[in-house]
Amino acid sequence: MAAHSAVLSASKIMNPFWVGRLGNTAKVFGTTLIRHRNKTSLTGENIPPPAKYGGRHTVTLIPGDGIGPELLNHVREVFRFTCVPVDFEMVNVNSALETDDDMNNAITAIRRNGVALKGNIETKHTLPASVKSRNNVLRTSLDLYANVMHCQSLPGVQTRHKNIDIMIIRENTEGEYSSLEHESVSGVVESLKIITRNNSIRIADYAFKLARERGRRRVTAVHKANIMKLGDGLFLQCCREVASGYPDITLDSMIVDNTTMQLVSKPQQFDVMVMPNLYGNVVSNVCAGLVGGPGLVPGANYGRDYAVFETATRNTGKSIAEKNIANPTAMLLASCLMLDHLNLNDYASLIRNAVLTTMNETRLHTADLGGQGTTSEVVQSVMRVIQSKGQFTAEL
Amino acid sequence: MVLYRVLSSSPNKPANALQSTLLNMQETIREPMVQDPTQFDVLVMPNLYGDILSDLCAGLIGGLGVTPSGNIGANGVAIFESVHGTAPDIAGKDLANPTALLLSAVMMLRHMGLHGHAKKIESACFDTIRDRKVLTKDLGGNSKCSEFTEAICQRMKDMD
Repeated sequence: MAAHSAVLSASKIMNPFWVGRLGNTAKVFGTTLIRHRNKTSLTGENIPPPAKYGGRHTVTLIPGDGIGPELLNHVREVFRFTCVPVDFEMVNVNSALETDDDMNNAITAIRRNGVALKGNIETKHTLPASVKSRNNVLRTSLDLYANVMHCQSLPGVQTRHKNIDIMIIRENTEGEYSSLEHESVSGVVESLKIITRNNSIRIADYAFKLARERGRRRVTAVHKANIMKLGDGLFLQCCREVASGYPDITLDSMIVDNTTMQLVSKPQQFDVMVMPNLYGNVVSNVCAGLVGGPGLVPGANYGRDYAVFETATRNTGKSIAEKNIANPTAMLLASCLMLDHLNLNDYASLIRNAVLTTMNETRLHTADLGGQGTTSEVVQSVMRVIQSKGQFTAEL
Repeated sequence: MVLYRVLSSSPNKPANALQSTLLNMQETIREPMVQDPTQFDVLVMPNLYGDILSDLCAGLIGGLGVTPSGNIGANGVAIFESVHGTAPDIAGKDLANPTALLLSAVMMLRHMGLHGHAKKIESACFDTIRDRKVLTKDLGGNSKCSEFTEAICQRMKDMD
């Protein structure tokens, strides 16, 4: 199979230790139809079986803080209405506590089910520095090494720039988010930015495979290697090595400050972008702003064994929580990405089309899009569109 | 990863009247800066974020060809510069846009306390650009650098 030969060629570059462990990266994609959990005799790995019993999937649900709980309730409402064969196992994480028990429960639940849908968990600045960001802990514990965001201009949304179609692949586990800081001398703090060859090769390989699968022609590596010569230099070098195995795809590179400038003046020039963690944060937020704001773009975090879906810009939205004004689009589209991942593509397309159709109605736009619609109006409209397609549904 | 946002400051207000807001970089960059940058006044931040945000903002106002900057040190030591590249392809051909360097010089005059001169040159420059009659190629016109400069000088003469 093509996937196996791609894995074998990649393994020539990598340390032999990683060959077995990376054997299944070829299969961990969002909307691909390949079942990501196929056990292969090639690697002999023990991937846990899918949490699917009696034809129904079980997915971990982490409401988080701010607008997370209400938006995820709407997702459940839409799923119930559409009779999607997914059951949610809800796990609450209290961000005010300093202990890790909540997080450990959540991580265990995700390991059990393999897939999760989450809202953002607030990271309080007031807690001591030893308490790490819970979202970060989740990503690193489950080794969700690739954060994928697809920014597309939506027809119903007015923006300054049109025809944007950018895929952003962000390294999700190391870089500036390694949470390694120390203050050896009072008033002088040193933070460690970690870039490893293995993780850089891994993310670059993911980016190129995804580009090839989606028929994309160009991958742009975003870096600051003129200043961080060793760190970002290593990242860039790894991208070039991986690129040599994909002659049909061009690799170019751009320094991060120039990238943000180009994004706000000529975003149509970008195709697929791959970058380390912090630049990924910046670039994905800028792109979300370009296509209409944080309420519109879904995000996905993929690892070898697990996948977690959330809104792309990962903000808690505390100031608009429980006011019925949050935009449910991002969370609903994230749940569609999750359905694609579970191979429930028909349900995914149905809900996605309903959401995009609703987006075309300007009078239903929520406050972030300059309208006055409420969250519940948008959700009701989505369900009405689903019902009008003749799908068997529960009561409205 | 924290920026301080300082709102509504004016030279006549005492320091404690300044409002400042702690902003997570995510909130600053994404939605507001790209969608509604006018809500920002002064931003202060560490080195890397400054690098990224300053180029992002330059992209919002028309690019590096019109963006001035200054580097201030202790005891009033300062270097003012334009941050665009050396543009070797148009060097020596009287085609470059002098706005970035000119506005950097205006910043320098302000730093030296020569506010009157600074105001005059700045108004002349902005009015010339606003007029759109004499613009260099990067701003959509086809005038030479010397013509653009001459237009600014003429305006300043007319002001007196």
